[in-house]
Amino acid sequence: MLKQIEGSIAVAEAIALCRPEVVCAYPITPQTHIVEGVGALVKSGALENCEFINVESEFAALSVAIGASAAGARTYTATASQGILFMAEAVYNAAGLGLPIVMTIGNRAIGAPINIWNDHTDAMSVKDAGWIQLFAETNQEAVDLHIQAFRLAEELSSPVMVCMDGFILTHAYERIDVPTQEEIDAFLPPYDPVQVLDPVEPYSIGAMVGPEAFTEVRYLAHEKQLQALRLIPEIGAVFKDVFDRESGGLIHPYRTEGAETIAVALGSVNGTIKEVVDAMRDEGAAVGSISICSFRPFPLDELEATLAGAKHVVVIEKSLAPGLGGILASNVRMALREMAVPVYTVIAGLGGRPITMASLRGILEAAAKGRLPDVQFLDLDHGAVEREILRARGIRRSGPTAENILKSLGAAAVAGDE
Amino acid sequence: MTEETALQRVKFYQTGTHTVGNRLIDKGARSVQSSMDRSNAITSGHRACQGCGEALGARYALDAAMRAAEGQLVAVNATGCLEVFTTPYPETSWQIPWLHSLFGNAPAVATGVAAAMRRKGRSEVKVVAQGGDGGTTDIGFGCLSGMFERNDDVLYLCYDNEGYMNTGVQRSSATPPTARTATTPALGDAPGNVFGTGKNLPLIAMAHNIPYVATASVAYLHDLEDKVTKAMHIPGARYIHIMVPCPLGWGTASDATIHIARMAVESGLFPLFEAEHGEVTRSNKIRRRVPVKDYLAPQRRFAHLFKKGQEDTTRIARLQRMADANIERFNLLGERESP
Ligand SMILES: Cc1ncc(C[n+]2csc(CCOP(=O)(O)OP(=O)(O)O)c2C)c(N)n1
Ligand code: SF4
Ligand SMILES: [Mg+2]
Repeated sequence: MLKQIEGSIAVAEAIALCRPEVVCAYPITPQTHIVEGVGALVKSGALENCEFINVESEFAALSVAIGASAAGARTYTATASQGILFMAEAVYNAAGLGLPIVMTIGNRAIGAPINIWNDHTDAMSVKDAGWIQLFAETNQEAVDLHIQAFRLAEELSSPVMVCMDGFILTHAYERIDVPTQEEIDAFLPPYDPVQVLDPVEPYSIGAMVGPEAFTEVRYLAHEKQLQALRLIPEIGAVFKDVFDRESGGLIHPYRTEGAETIAVALGSVNGTIKEVVDAMRDEGAAVGSISICSFRPFPLDELEATLAGAKHVVVIEKSLAPGLGGILASNVRMALREMAVPVYTVIAGLGGRPITMASLRGILEAAAKGRLPDVQFLDLDHGAVEREILRARGIRRSGPTAENILKSLGAAAVAGDE
Repeated sequence: MTEETALQRVKFYQTGTHTVGNRLIDKGARSVQSSMDRSNAITSGHRACQGCGEALGARYALDAAMRAAEGQLVAVNATGCLEVFTTPYPETSWQIPWLHSLFGNAPAVATGVAAAMRRKGRSEVKVVAQGGDGGTTDIGFGCLSGMFERNDDVLYLCYDNEGYMNTGVQRSSATPPTARTATTPALGDAPGNVFGTGKNLPLIAMAHNIPYVATASVAYLHDLEDKVTKAMHIPGARYIHIMVPCPLGWGTASDATIHIARMAVESGLFPLFEAEHGEVTRSNKIRRRVPVKDYLAPQRRFAHLFKKGQEDTTRIARLQRMADANIERFNLLGERESP
């Protein structure tokens, strides 16, 4: 049913329609509206047969989810930012135990300096924990990915993280088609666990494994991700049959035919990128873009095939590996290891910095001329950075960097006012 | 679990002795351990040290819990000796459904299991969570307090051996003053752990107003079983803190485990009591009081207190005062009216 609705609330409704049996919640901006939404549906009785558990930390949230999932319940939780670091040990554990928990990440920066706004540092911090990580481009896709996530998780017995950009998606009101219960029930069969805690058949789960078998167990975790590469498009196809719209899959190429410069990105920024691609195409530029929906597993083959004709690949990413550069870019390079094509890293949108069409166009135009540095920070205030580097060089006790930068920006603004 | 490994029934070879709980007494009053039909939740083949109090305590507690739950039990385990010595891959000593997740999250995981069982219409399946003192009083304390506060339907069993044994005997917040551990070495002018630190988890549990809190000891089998059985029949969050000596960490003979555990109780250092909704309802009276010194002396972790010719009388007296305070506080000599 079409609704004018906030992204978080649409996701909450979709989650409820998936009939979770245990939902754990611990608040952190910008995830709060989602768990509040699910909580309200439980409390009102709209979502029946579901335990909504208010826990004391994210570590507990995912731990409760681990117990519930191991005991055979369909289980959901959500977090963001600091929350994912606080639960990091359990993030790895849930994957290691092969528990099909679905978790939303309302993507947000990680401090210090503390920052509540959007980027992808949180998801990247656990990218190799063994979870499947799907990135939503729009709120419609966020809704659809959650529905697919339960099916994917339960078929594979693997946890799935659905990443949706904080505020940009979680807090945006737009027109969203929220499915009906009948549609969901047609798509999502009841959860039939491959392992379950049950006195009738007493398994030991979570035993210690030494060098004699650890590699094999880890290999199987890798293999499971490779299976997901096959399953994700299949589930996307079934989804299309039932819901009559394209959602999910591994990647979404946009106007890549004949494109020489191709932008690659995760999440909602792809909307802006597509606008820029359209505008530049209108002017005759050979540009296109790819939105990566499945970051883990990483679709190496699909990217290689789609980027085969490109002369310039520009990875626009909302995360940073300090001391290296891009995280997504490093992964994309892996896909293009057989091709002699430059892959530029553009670090953009950190801590909620707007990514404007004008800036993106500048980047794509420079890339087309082969004039981008390997790593570039989009719209970086070079003046402010230089001033701070010089200051720190001059005085031993130069003070806290973040506060110094704010001070220097403030001073510059005042000087500009005068 | 496959056909061949289906539940192993216990066999007793020393019939008529007191080893498994007074099989000479009235049938109805006999311990769960003395029954050949006990579930033997942790069966033979585990890798605990000889005389491990934790291996014994866990089996006592879980067999009693299994009987109370009529076999409908799931156990969640924190990382620690108990977890490691029972599940050396690819073997397991557990004859009950068992889940190990992490060191600090057993109470939360158990909450999840209990919630799932309710939603699956399997409320008859009861859930216990268990961990060592480190997993309980330190790293798992946040999750434990949360589980208590929500009054989740979980029985938490803490096996207290007064230190981080699995990692090589380091200090925990349950390590007693003066005890030598790898991180409180017997060096300097006040060797061993310091005074004035540590936490009393049973009292903290009581402060959550949960329906049931008790302390128990491997030396008092009937009492331990009674407390577990009672706890199993109470809904909500329950906590039992069980003293389980560790021959390796304490430096005691492996055949002295029960004796040492008994002296901890009889000296007053480890009071046995029960509390309901935050109030102490009963304490076990000491039958034959022993001086704290007798409890400390056989343990190598306290050896520095008893150096020949220079006994550390000041600190031994201070430990004795701690025991005296317990005796007074919990009325362990029955000098006052109940409890
Ligand atoms: C997060 C984390 N920190 C540290 C450890 C290492 N560790 C494993 S078991 C253990 C000691 C357990 O002590 P306790 O809970 O008292 O149980 P015991 O072994 O004494 O029975 C430690 C420190 C771990 N596994 N996980
Ligand atoms: S170290 Fe102590 S607790 Fe661990 S198995 Fe040995 S005796 Fe038991
Ligand atoms: Mg211990």
